[in-house]
Amino acid sequence: MFNMKKVLTAVGLILLMPLALCLAGETGDRLSKESVIEKIQKDKVIRVGMSTFVPWAMKDKQGKLVGFEIDVARQLAKDMGVDVEFVPTAWSGIIPALMTGKFDVIIGGMGITAERNLKVNFTTPYDYSGMSMVAHRKKAEGFSTLDDFNTDAVNIAVRMGTTAEQAARKFFPHASLRLFENESQALQELNLGRVHAVVSSAPMPVFHALKYPDKLFVPLEENFTKEPIGFAIRKGDPDAVNFFNNWIINQHASGFLKEKKAFWFESRDWEDLVK
Amino acid sequence: MKHKKNILAVSVFTAVLILAVVIGYKNLSYNWQWYRVAPYFFSFENGRFVAGVLLQGVWITFKISAISLVLALVTGMVSAFARLSPYVSLRVLAWCYVETIRNTPLLIQIFVIYFVISPVLDLSAFTSAVIALSLFEGAYSSEIIRSGIINIPKGQFEAAQSIGLPVFATYYKVVVPQMLRQTLPMLAGQSVSLIKDSALVSTISIYDLTMQGQKIVSETFLTFEIWFAVALCYLSITATLSFIIRRIETRMRFVS
Repeated sequence: MFNMKKVLTAVGLILLMPLALCLAGETGDRLSKESVIEKIQKDKVIRVGMSTFVPWAMKDKQGKLVGFEIDVARQLAKDMGVDVEFVPTAWSGIIPALMTGKFDVIIGGMGITAERNLKVNFTTPYDYSGMSMVAHRKKAEGFSTLDDFNTDAVNIAVRMGTTAEQAARKFFPHASLRLFENESQALQELNLGRVHAVVSSAPMPVFHALKYPDKLFVPLEENFTKEPIGFAIRKGDPDAVNFFNNWIINQHASGFLKEKKAFWFESRDWEDLVK
Repeated sequence: MKHKKNILAVSVFTAVLILAVVIGYKNLSYNWQWYRVAPYFFSFENGRFVAGVLLQGVWITFKISAISLVLALVTGMVSAFARLSPYVSLRVLAWCYVETIRNTPLLIQIFVIYFVISPVLDLSAFTSAVIALSLFEGAYSSEIIRSGIINIPKGQFEAAQSIGLPVFATYYKVVVPQMLRQTLPMLAGQSVSLIKDSALVSTISIYDLTMQGQKIVSETFLTFEIWFAVALCYLSITATLSFIIRRIETRMRFVS
């Protein structure tokens, strides 16, 4: 005799098949409808999360936002045919703000790291940055290698929640870190001679050392890390990743990104804008 | 009847609150990972108890709060007596101190003390934080203590004078105990505020409970889990303190 249970299961499965197929078809549709790309086009505005980082994003004399990151976001909005709205956010809270939908995308010089990637998705890199240091002439006299800073006696100030903080932990495990919410506070700490050095993404440390040449110096000639920078978006949105990735690939090809990088990172022509 | 209404109101309110939290919890497109929180409190390495960073943070918060609390009470006492003193200059000085501190944000006071004043005197971040907190809470305690002293009936002073008690003994044996009994609930509230306000010292890179929380969040992005855990830590510290003070209050009541 055949097994009744097995027959019933088979029949049930056959009946469920079309439903499953429908659902599979629906998933693709639903994903597209729910994509942030769709939402941006509906709202006619792309909301960009960012935080002040010289020269990625800063205020000019009129209080308008300028910088490498700002140019990238404006160009992206132009290509999408929408307006751009910048949402300045404290760096340490920027990922939770993205996850809870306070804005559509982070374009803020965010380094792609494994920890961050567990919580958000990243696009392909549109830029590479590296860590650099600025040190105090008196306190860090004669320091010229990474190892010089890796002792118990050394204090290093960094901005909380940045890749600079992670780099400082990795390269100077023996030094004690002083964490601040803003770059300016970390630099103030250095100017007061309370810490030996500040670690931050290039080119800011070099700029800062040039501002106070009698007090500060740049101990390392080269950046000591190289990290990819990407847009961050919420997880579960393949359309957005695809769209942004291809936009970035196009901007690499057209030379737009290269030209902007040269202007903001290799020249100092923009200094008049902010002073 | 009325009692029943109260119970109904409370249960409806609680139900709505729980519902709101649950809906929020469900709707937040956030991947909750509570299982990752425990090691930040404590872990066992080869059977030995190791305090996690959050517990270390609790210790620092406790230390800062305890020292500041004592100093705030001392500052408050001195300032209260100065405001009631017969000397105009002392009165004006104390008034200026209280009003300046009470009408400016604590965050700015901490920054001013740490970035402006402390480099001159070469104070550590910890010392700056304790000074800022003591001055801030001291100004509030000063007003509480002053009101407590004003409220003591004039007859008490006169009685002390008539039996020939010296001024110091009058205050030490008659005025201060009565003042304390009257103002203890308010001072308790002030000390709870102090513990909560101490969270602001994280802005000058002191590794207190809040700072440790921020640090873990910036490394792991367990945003909500860690902040809930930190809030619970604060709650347990303040609840314990409130409990102890209530015990002292009941004790004092029997002494009278």
